[in-house]
Amino acid sequence: MRIYVNGDQHDVEPGTLAVALDALGFGGRKIATAVNGRFVAAAVRPTTKLAEGDKVEVVAPMQGG
Amino acid sequence: MPFYGVDLKSRLLLGTARYPSPKILGEAIQASGAEVVTVSLRREAGSERGGQSFWSLVRSLGVRVLPNTAGCHTVKEAVTTAHMARELFDTAWIKLEVIRDDDTLQPDAFGLVEAARVLAEEGFEVFPYTTEDLAVADRLVEAGCRVLMPWGAPIGSARGLNNIYGLKALRAHFPDIPLVVDAGVGVPSHAAAAMELGYDAVLLNTAVAEAGDPVAMAKAFAMAIEAGRMAFEAKPMEPRDMAVPSTPTIGRAALGDRR
Repeated sequence: MRIYVNGDQHDVEPGTLAVALDALGFGGRKIATAVNGRFVAAAVRPTTKLAEGDKVEVVAPMQGG
Repeated sequence: MPFYGVDLKSRLLLGTARYPSPKILGEAIQASGAEVVTVSLRREAGSERGGQSFWSLVRSLGVRVLPNTAGCHTVKEAVTTAHMARELFDTAWIKLEVIRDDDTLQPDAFGLVEAARVLAEEGFEVFPYTTEDLAVADRLVEAGCRVLMPWGAPIGSARGLNNIYGLKALRAHFPDIPLVVDAGVGVPSHAAAAMELGYDAVLLNTAVAEAGDPVAMAKAFAMAIEAGRMAFEAKPMEPRDMAVPSTPTIGRAALGDRR
């Protein structure tokens, strides 16, 4: 299944956001997520199913003013 | 004045971007005495670790964080970013930026007020980055903001306080709302001037980060802000149009023809 993570295409097994994040190397990281522009809390990543073409945003703490 | 119930000893809020190195960032924060630093969130790939090490550094300094929504141009972007920030940084505080114009980074007053209302209703404690416009400020307070952060000048411009009259009017209009000059401050005298107007704090970043010696500049800003606050509390004299001799004229020796 093809999804977009931070604008880049990735092929992942059909499943949940939590599984996809693990597969992409985000396991255990301090991140926040959104799917198709909507915030997805960490607690519901394991029950959030991804669909073909979904746009996932993964953000981490960064310097800011 | 407390910021959403939090009393701060330091009146300097410091940004964490654009420093030459993480080490200098850490030293500058310590030298500034700031208890609040602004942070942001950005995309990170699975193979990257930059965000994680930045977060470790901030945590090691024991400061409170104020996440921002920098770069957001719509209400939807800002609200979603705020939600991600609340989870990531475990705080209800959010420095709300909804930008309209890319040249001046001027806030979009309409989007800002709308986003502030949505976020305040959802329990966020909103620090809106706004202009000195009194009507917009009034709308922000109506929307639930209990702190206002008017710009001194456009972000990163180092131009100081562009509209002292407007900033004074805002202070007079909102005696009970903590006011922070945010953005445009270039040198410590700009920050001192803001404090002399009775502002509660100053938020700055680039002026420290891009100084030749950021650590020394952080300290200089801390001192200027403290001096400015002390001057405000000491009630400065009013300016006059004409000179008034400071040395008493009574008893002056008559040495010439002038009376």
